[in-house]
Amino acid sequence: MQTMLKVENVVKSFDGTGVLKGVSFTLDEGKVIVIVGPSGCGKSTLLRCINGLEQVDSGKIYLKDELISGRTRDMHLVRQKVGMVFQSYDLFPHMNVMQNLLLGPTKALRKNGEEVRREALAMLRRVGLEGKENALPRTLSGGQKQRVALVRAMLMHPELLLLDEITAALDPEMVSEVLNVVIDLARDGMTMAIVTHEMRFAEAVADQVLFLEDGMAAESGPPEQFFHHPQTERARRFLRSFSYESKNSRKEKQDE
Amino acid sequence: MQVSGISVLFKGINFQRLLGGLWVTMRIALITIGLSVVFGLLFGLLMLSKNKVARAFCRLWLEIVRFMPQLVLLYVVYFGFARLFGWDLSGESSAVIVFTFWGTAELGDLIRGALTSIPAHQRESAAALGLTSRQIYRYILIPQTVRRLLPQAINLSTRIIKTTALVKMINVTEVLKVGQQIIGQFYRQPDAAFWVYFTIFLLYFLICWPISLLAGKLEKRWA
Repeated sequence: MQTMLKVENVVKSFDGTGVLKGVSFTLDEGKVIVIVGPSGCGKSTLLRCINGLEQVDSGKIYLKDELISGRTRDMHLVRQKVGMVFQSYDLFPHMNVMQNLLLGPTKALRKNGEEVRREALAMLRRVGLEGKENALPRTLSGGQKQRVALVRAMLMHPELLLLDEITAALDPEMVSEVLNVVIDLARDGMTMAIVTHEMRFAEAVADQVLFLEDGMAAESGPPEQFFHHPQTERARRFLRSFSYESKNSRKEKQDE
Repeated sequence: MQVSGISVLFKGINFQRLLGGLWVTMRIALITIGLSVVFGLLFGLLMLSKNKVARAFCRLWLEIVRFMPQLVLLYVVYFGFARLFGWDLSGESSAVIVFTFWGTAELGDLIRGALTSIPAHQRESAAALGLTSRQIYRYILIPQTVRRLLPQAINLSTRIIKTTALVKMINVTEVLKVGQQIIGQFYRQPDAAFWVYFTIFLLYFLICWPISLLAGKLEKRWA
């Protein structure tokens, strides 16, 4: 099996504060890695380094055999192969759904608009958004927007998809409609690196879990091991605190 | 029986004269708005530059424009500069200079505000699609900036148009001045003043109102 992504000893700091202190992992083609850890552990920064929104201080990142870190020019060519979806559904508000979907394929990849449109309609149907192609983003719910954002990324036919807490800004009842799409993608063999706080989803979708704490890989392994037999005390503490906090935060939301 | 003063408007070419004066007003406003767009764009970019001196310069300019009455600025340029530097500025050029000085700063500040109000992740999610930075500007940042900017810029235009009435004070024969000349000629008609000024008010209103409606409509559509 081919290695899709190789992250080697990546170091990144902001204003002298170390955020990533030497993180390494490899991800094979068709596999899913889920990156978990407490807030501020560097999960999002790691994803942002992979698609060049942040520059690494040291270390190397390879997509297949191509070095993609430390580049200042032509990063857009790398990003055409590495899709990313963010926490706050960043659809372009001045464009309708179809225009959002067509922009990347027709402008960045210079594909034929009619072909992409047909493909886009098929994908919208698949994620349950049939008939929404002319809707403006502000008329959609958070969950719908995030599904459009996923379709927008998929229409670029990326080799690798990065998902940065894509359900963190959603109301609880919309989380599963988005995560089900991701689980579908994983089943279809999409290679993904996912940052999430949804532990049940993480366990369901991951081939591999990377637990980051304080900018370092505190533990990594298959999901059965990480979720049921964590090897380190830190991971155990994290999982415990997590289930406690998640119940709590859900309760708070209901009280509001 | 005395005829109503409204008849004054239709004597001879009086109404045409008023329209001629209105054209002078509009010409000043249009040239000012055109120049303000060009310089305002530079001003806005300068306010966003990393150069501290440039930013301080813009801030000072903006403060002057905000606190200085336009009429005083007109006097400074028309009477002051003429004496001080021996410039032979026409009233109309002085007006264009002063109003552009004002429009540039205010429009520049609006442009700065519109540009900075676009969230950073708009740029990032466009970048994540593999667009070049030129494409990001063209398809994402500029269209969104224009949408945020246009309603406010149109409102600024109407303020510039109505403020042109001040140029009467520096001897430009615009609509208000023409009106006063007409009233002067018909001093035996005491209610002429009301009708002439009322007509001028209507003319200003008829120009600014549709523009303002347009701004409101755009604001609603793009909200």
